[in-house]
Amino acid sequence: MTYDIILAGVGGQGVLSIATIIARAAMIDGLTVRQSEVHGMSQRGGGVQAHMRIADGPISSDLIPTGGADMILAMEPMESLRYLSWLKPEGILVTAAEPFVNIPDYPEVETLYAAIRTLKRSRIVAAEALAREAGNLKSVNMVLIGAASSSLPVSEKALAQSVHDTFAKKDPKLVDINMKALALGEKA
Amino acid sequence: MKELVLLGDEALALGALHAGVSGSYGYPGTPSTEILEYLVDEFETRGGPVARWCANEKTAYESALGVSFAGKRSIVTMKHVGLNVAADPFMNSSLCQIKGGLICVVADDPSMHSSQGEQDTRYYADFAMVPLFEPVNQQEAYEMVAEAFELSERLAVPVIMRMVTRLAHSRAVVHVADTARAQNALEKGSPADWMLLPALARKNYAKMLDKQTTLREWAKDYPRNTLALNPARKDLAIVTSGLGKNYLAENMAEYADLCGKEGLPSILHVAALPFPADLIRSLAEKVETILVIEEGMPFLERQLAGILPGRVKVIGKLTGSLPRTGELNPELVRAALGLPARATALDGFKMPALSARPPQLCKGCPHHDSYSALNLAVERLNAKEGKVSTVVAADIGCYALGAVAPLKAIETIVCMGASIGMARGAADAGYKYAFGVIGDSTFLHSGLTGIVDAVASKTPMTVIILDNSIVAMTGCQPTMLPSNQLEKAVIGLGVDPAHLRVIEAKPNMIEQNAAVFMEEAEHRGLSVIIMVRECLEAHRLRKKKESAAGEASK
Repeated sequence: MTYDIILAGVGGQGVLSIATIIARAAMIDGLTVRQSEVHGMSQRGGGVQAHMRIADGPISSDLIPTGGADMILAMEPMESLRYLSWLKPEGILVTAAEPFVNIPDYPEVETLYAAIRTLKRSRIVAAEALAREAGNLKSVNMVLIGAASSSLPVSEKALAQSVHDTFAKKDPKLVDINMKALALGEKA
Repeated sequence: MKELVLLGDEALALGALHAGVSGSYGYPGTPSTEILEYLVDEFETRGGPVARWCANEKTAYESALGVSFAGKRSIVTMKHVGLNVAADPFMNSSLCQIKGGLICVVADDPSMHSSQGEQDTRYYADFAMVPLFEPVNQQEAYEMVAEAFELSERLAVPVIMRMVTRLAHSRAVVHVADTARAQNALEKGSPADWMLLPALARKNYAKMLDKQTTLREWAKDYPRNTLALNPARKDLAIVTSGLGKNYLAENMAEYADLCGKEGLPSILHVAALPFPADLIRSLAEKVETILVIEEGMPFLERQLAGILPGRVKVIGKLTGSLPRTGELNPELVRAALGLPARATALDGFKMPALSARPPQLCKGCPHHDSYSALNLAVERLNAKEGKVSTVVAADIGCYALGAVAPLKAIETIVCMGASIGMARGAADAGYKYAFGVIGDSTFLHSGLTGIVDAVASKTPMTVIILDNSIVAMTGCQPTMLPSNQLEKAVIGLGVDPAHLRVIEAKPNMIEQNAAVFMEEAEHRGLSVIIMVRECLEAHRLRKKKESAAGEASK
């Protein structure tokens, strides 16, 4: 089994936190993980993309081949489309609905939604509202993981454990908020 | 044995700790930064061996040499272009008889994710005739450090460890030892081995040439240089180097199907230089063509073409089988192997027009306010003269992001420190108002000497030091001297104190700061303006640290 995910977003949005949570869950389940990150100049407000590979055996390449990704998981709609050539024809695209506008020529968001909907398997998640419902706007990425979770090759138990481990040492209150965000994302 | 999840950079750092490193030095540069960050953290918070950020790569390299002369193991870290700054001590150190093992870790950035060029460090290894190790995954990055130290001490040569972005910044599980090797005892090298006076240097150069035979023998037997021969396949053989090995492996299942019953070609992986010439000769004996898959420039391809008989055709980046520029990836290797492109979700998809989203200054960044004031001054100076009379030279760092719209404030970005020298040249050439814009850390890295030149020649120009108190671009490493020391340093270099201005980079001061720029631009000598305001990210980190310290002291 191999499962490849392209994580997309804008520098500073927290793309790597998503990677950390999923990677930790995969390792709890005894799977192999390789995860390529974005550092330096590209982090500052530019489009960022991280490659995450999960397998039950060795993984050779840090980069996912084009046409090889099982999923694109995106923090915002325009960035979700930018890396479409990596996605398998039957791959799934999950994105937050809310655009991240830090450029003057951001496209009409309805046009983006319409294009996303023409994909065989895609989901646009109203992540902000759900994160707010969970109790913290910063939990948008947890909502997205929740929305993607039924397709991810990790167990529900491992995912919960990973969220717990990630936030318990920071602030115990965040554990509950993020668990709620995860659950809301799952139901979305 | 323990299992840890580590970045390639971190795995290398831990490998150094476990191999008994005594001193680590470096200047931050993407993608190398996390190596020294890990070691500095170990030093400062857990009492590990000395690890320090330095003013630049040259001073870092020289510090590492001092540790080696004292008999102990040292590493020095930098990005590829940093080795240009350290090239002087690096080249000469190859003629010293290295005492304690010395590894120069250089992280290349093919595709220029965060760089000004693709420069391949293997050329420097060849130039200095020193061995180079090239790990292909995090585990190798960890393990190779000990092997590199061992070779460095055995043959008394500095060695290079070449990393690349895709390994430096990729995370995986690494199996690591439970304990570290003891550090070497303190014991000086022989002065004759370290004093490159011409008479001694000539002897050392001869010794270095003699070592090449031993190094070639070593490379032939180095177990990570692997050769898998298939004498049945005569038309093609493959040589991989660096991550080329991984991308070949990624395509291997389908490639094996494609190759059919006569089987896969012979494959040689080159994990270390010097080039294992004997292995390549065994590989080349009966094949017609050799495909070279290497990360970076066509280094091996050129070397191969030089040593193989003319009947063997060498193909790769020079011949167009792989692109000459950019990072290698699985698709490029796939195409070079003759495998068809895979289907993707993009096939038949009607893509709406997407806007580019280049990196930009953080919202509220002090550089934004400095550049707004500078733009205003430049506009007025040009209007006053009735023609283009200004040049704004900058260099590397966050403030390079002032190049893009809407600011478009700067006209040159060449290398660390070039802003000051280039402004001087533009003034000499005849531009009335020449500005050199440089950051605080970059100023200490290689701006000071530029000031010395301008002072000496009394050049009419204006140097603007954007002092945000931190090395921001690479993730907020410390600037070597605090802000209040910059002023003293500038005065100490001979700048007229009447033309040293220290002003705040604030949004409500743009008009007034533009007036200062114009005033100093009119001065027909050297002026220096220091624009002060803390980087937002540094401010956030500092506040976080202070509140944590406050909590702890309660």
